[in-house]
Amino acid sequence: MAPDVTAVNSARAPLSRFLRWDVLVGILLVVVFIGGAAGSPEFANIDNLSFALGDLGEIALIALAMTLLVVAAEVDLSVASVLGLSSALVGNLWDAGWAIETIIPLVIVVGAVCGLVNGLLVTRLGLPSLAVTIGTLALYRGLALVVLGDRAIAEFPQTYVNLAVGDVPGTPIPYPVAVFAVLAVITAVLLHATGFGRALFAIGAQVEAAHFAGIRVKRIKLILFVVSGVVAAFAGVVYTLRYGSARADNGSGLELAVIAAVLLGGVDFDGGRGTLGGVIAGVLLIGLLRNLLMLNDVSTEIQSIVTGLLLVISVITPRLVAVARQRRRVPSPVVPTPPTT
Amino acid sequence: MTAVTAGRSTRGIVDLVFRARELSIVAALAVLVAVTAGTNGNFLSAQGLKDIFLNASILALLAVGQSFVIITRNIDLSVGSVVGLVAFTVGDVLAADHGLGVGVAIVLGIVIGGVCGLVNGLLVSFGRVPALVVTLGTLYIIQGLDHAIAHGRQINAVDLPESVLSLGNGSVLGIPYLPLIAVIVMLAVGYYLRSYASGRDFYAIGSSPEAAGLAGVPVRRRVMAAYLLSGGLAGLAGVLWLARFGTVVADDAHGWELQVVSAVVVGGVAITGGVGTVYGAALGALLLTTITSALVVLKVNPFWQQAITGALLLLAISVDRLLALRVARILRRRNARHGS
Amino acid sequence: MTGAAEATAPHGPGTGDAPPVLALAGVSKSFGAVRALREVSLELRAGEAHALAGENGAGKSTLVKTLSGVHRPDSGQVLMDGQPVEFHKPADAQRHGVAVIYQEPTMFPDLSVAENIFIGRQPRASLGRIDRGEMRARAAELFARLGVALDPEQPARGLSIADQQLVEIAKALSRDARVLIMDEPTAALSGNEVARLFTVVKALREQGCALLFISHRLDEIFELCQQVTTLRDGAWIASEPVAGLTHEALIRRMVGRDLDTLYPKLDAVAGEVALKVHRLTREGVFTDVSFEVRRGEIVALAGLVGAGRSEVARAVFGVDRWDAGWVEVNGRRLPPASPTAAMSAGVALVPEDRRQQGLVMDQSIERNIGLTGLKGLRRGPVISRAAERDRARDWAIRLQLKFNRLSDAVNVLSGGNQQKVVLAKWLSTRPQVLIIDEPTRGIDVGTKAEVHRVLSELASDGMAVLMISSELPEVLGMADRVLVMQEGRLVADIPRADATEESVMTAATGRAS
Repeated sequence: MAPDVTAVNSARAPLSRFLRWDVLVGILLVVVFIGGAAGSPEFANIDNLSFALGDLGEIALIALAMTLLVVAAEVDLSVASVLGLSSALVGNLWDAGWAIETIIPLVIVVGAVCGLVNGLLVTRLGLPSLAVTIGTLALYRGLALVVLGDRAIAEFPQTYVNLAVGDVPGTPIPYPVAVFAVLAVITAVLLHATGFGRALFAIGAQVEAAHFAGIRVKRIKLILFVVSGVVAAFAGVVYTLRYGSARADNGSGLELAVIAAVLLGGVDFDGGRGTLGGVIAGVLLIGLLRNLLMLNDVSTEIQSIVTGLLLVISVITPRLVAVARQRRRVPSPVVPTPPTT
Repeated sequence: MTAVTAGRSTRGIVDLVFRARELSIVAALAVLVAVTAGTNGNFLSAQGLKDIFLNASILALLAVGQSFVIITRNIDLSVGSVVGLVAFTVGDVLAADHGLGVGVAIVLGIVIGGVCGLVNGLLVSFGRVPALVVTLGTLYIIQGLDHAIAHGRQINAVDLPESVLSLGNGSVLGIPYLPLIAVIVMLAVGYYLRSYASGRDFYAIGSSPEAAGLAGVPVRRRVMAAYLLSGGLAGLAGVLWLARFGTVVADDAHGWELQVVSAVVVGGVAITGGVGTVYGAALGALLLTTITSALVVLKVNPFWQQAITGALLLLAISVDRLLALRVARILRRRNARHGS
Repeated sequence: MTGAAEATAPHGPGTGDAPPVLALAGVSKSFGAVRALREVSLELRAGEAHALAGENGAGKSTLVKTLSGVHRPDSGQVLMDGQPVEFHKPADAQRHGVAVIYQEPTMFPDLSVAENIFIGRQPRASLGRIDRGEMRARAAELFARLGVALDPEQPARGLSIADQQLVEIAKALSRDARVLIMDEPTAALSGNEVARLFTVVKALREQGCALLFISHRLDEIFELCQQVTTLRDGAWIASEPVAGLTHEALIRRMVGRDLDTLYPKLDAVAGEVALKVHRLTREGVFTDVSFEVRRGEIVALAGLVGAGRSEVARAVFGVDRWDAGWVEVNGRRLPPASPTAAMSAGVALVPEDRRQQGLVMDQSIERNIGLTGLKGLRRGPVISRAAERDRARDWAIRLQLKFNRLSDAVNVLSGGNQQKVVLAKWLSTRPQVLIIDEPTRGIDVGTKAEVHRVLSELASDGMAVLMISSELPEVLGMADRVLVMQEGRLVADIPRADATEESVMTAATGRAS
């Protein structure tokens, strides 16, 4: 029994002994910022940074909900598809002459239903969320295609477009970023200072112990999936208005950037470990890198390579560190002792 | 005596569950074909059938490779992008040098795919990182590479050597090459998995990784091999894709990983590993392809296809899960009765 | 069983002056600060069954894992036929002919029984193909040799634990194992399953196999074994012939002091009924279980592992669903399958598996203690860390928890202190009914006594305690009443005065002795 303790320990807390991972990402963020400012004059001006932040809006929003899920040892791969479905619905209904004030709440409800389906399959049938949300990734994107086909709907009312692309008066902060900031504070408090947050960490670290402590594991997970669906649908609305274009394939592959940001921020994919500060640093890091690549005229293809690499690196580095540490701890070959008799 | 009879009937239950899966796919296929053909006779025309089998071949190849990986309780989401990468790069090479034949194309494709599989395998088996995350990452890396190489270009059929194109359209004894290749690969792999000790290791690993380690099964090597094979077959599928369509852009086969996983799981390979056959997976591929063709013939909005893929995947894992729960409950009651 | 087996002279090679087949010489093994084995020596000879005795936590499992290649000794040697060997992994030990049968074998549920036996070593036909016919025939032959009726073609899923062990033994036979190590193989078996296992094992012993046998049931040691080695707190105490040894002498070697002083049960006056369980049934797990626990009472739930004791506890607390019957706490029915409702009704469950169910191992002491009372720690919408710490400190002092900082992860604590954290976590909910499953499993003797003292005090303060324990001395020493379960049914309710090792075991095994 005893050796398992050390093994589990070192695998789960790979870097904490010297430096916390999330702090490391924060430092990296500063380095990238300074390097970017030194390397490219357009980088460190307010307009560009404001644009870079705005461009991150959807990823950042979804990352908040994803953080809660991953801390509880679940994952939702269908978020980008929900975003797409939401966008397609906005387009279709707007095209059919509905009022945008009706469309938005309706789309949010659809997002909640999408999340509910994920959550019910995971909690009622006990299916792994990876498998379920791969299925719904295909299903929801497919429904988006059914709703809108290959059409693209544009020309949304200017007031709403302004909300998606404009800045909060008197500041260089885009509205979606302001919304994100408020939600981030709420999420941080929820995760790190409330009983709900305590329950999430317990569920992620040792689900059975959480169940035995009277935590309503299934209900909480169901709530998380619904929240994830709602946030993704809301992000779909923002995305549609920001680009001024509703398409069924909006946000394809966005789940990758979200998961990369969450894992890069130091949240353990096996659950039970992570900080929201780390995730925010991870989101910003990905955003700045993308922006830098764009400013240096690196193609979007290379950007997707970079995101993919970041994802792989952020999951593999902690494990490698753990393995290296374990290897160091293995005692040198046994020295034969003289016979006892 | 009691133990033997209990054993027999346990075997009966479990057998039935799997037979039921393959039978129900065949039944679903039969119903689908009957209904569709009833609505539109062209569905069963020689050309219609040929199209279905040609389309199903590539998916079936990928499903066979994916089965290997899923049987070991892992997953490979990068296969779609490997097909795209191989189809484009091989096409690019062939277009540049007309002297190269179909043999070089196939070898090159398998090598490129194999390298992709090797990277996945190394990360998953030695990095001990969740397979889904790794292969999601490599999916985008490979896709990015593909785009970077293509740079918006397109490979056209006229640029390709005749021998390659005839691989896609030609036939021997009236049987097109593509389904022939798919069936040969499926039979070979199926035979290997069933009849060779190393083949059984894959099932052992997926059934209980812990017990496999204790029994001295080389877990990492086998998981590596599964990814290598999945990558290699994806490479072969990429060459066949090129041969069949002739015109190739960087976006080709993107998103196919979902169809492949669906086909495999619908075909009865448990997403939790240890169970299933490549024959089932290939049947699953045939079913998905037939549905797509039927949608066209029935004049259903073709955009339904992806939604149906997802729904079938969900249906398959849900049914698997419910059946497993049911078997567990039956066994629990039986053991209880036995004990007392 | 008769004494005939003991009378049979062991035969086969190497019983005389030949070196032992497998031996440990002065082996030590530590995990962090815990010294699991200290200078332990052991000799296993062909044709001889050797028992390993000792309390939980004495180091038996570590010893088994050292022999089977899971652990490598820090110092000392493993010897085969007198030659030092090093097992780096379980496969090395297997290659040397060492086979281990665990209490719950790890099998491949999706593969057939025959494949489970021959995985990686399947008989081959031409071109390296597996010869399935041959494999089936060989498996059938092995089962015939063992005298058991198992179908080689059936999947391993759904085999009973007893059958799984037989498959493992067949596997060992197929590898021509010279040493068979059995780690509490009988713990989860019913009476006739044990008898069947022993028939098989005795036959193997007579064929010249060396056996290492671990069991908590002393009767079994006396029935099966010729030699016994006792461990206590990781140290070697004695190796001696079983013949001439009495139960009492062996227990004294294991425990190291007189039993009575260990269990300071205070007399308590039983009050009104706090917990009433009526005809509770979970299909296939337990049937028609009814009992009451009164305030001030400690009621033990005894029985073999697998008799359904923990499952009853889980159902009462709402972790599992029940199919029929009901549970009442202080006269009010509990809704099924809701730990939350059970908690607010005043029930607490200290579970069997501390590491999986009791604690979140890599979280801090204070967080673990706080987890059961998150509502009470709230100041407005957020948790007050000060309140969390105060509560943890309060209980740490009361239970004499040994720790550095309350913010340390619980996985750095010793087993005994971990158990105190679990107790603190539940006692801080101020329960009226405490269900405690294996209260002292895997903790050192000193802490054990402290836990017993705490339980005794709680009962005399008016708490109703339901204690599940596999350790008979604990059951007999602590309980006011002993309920005995056998194969999912409650078969006996024995008052303290009538509870003896014999009366409890007779009821638990269903064996007329």
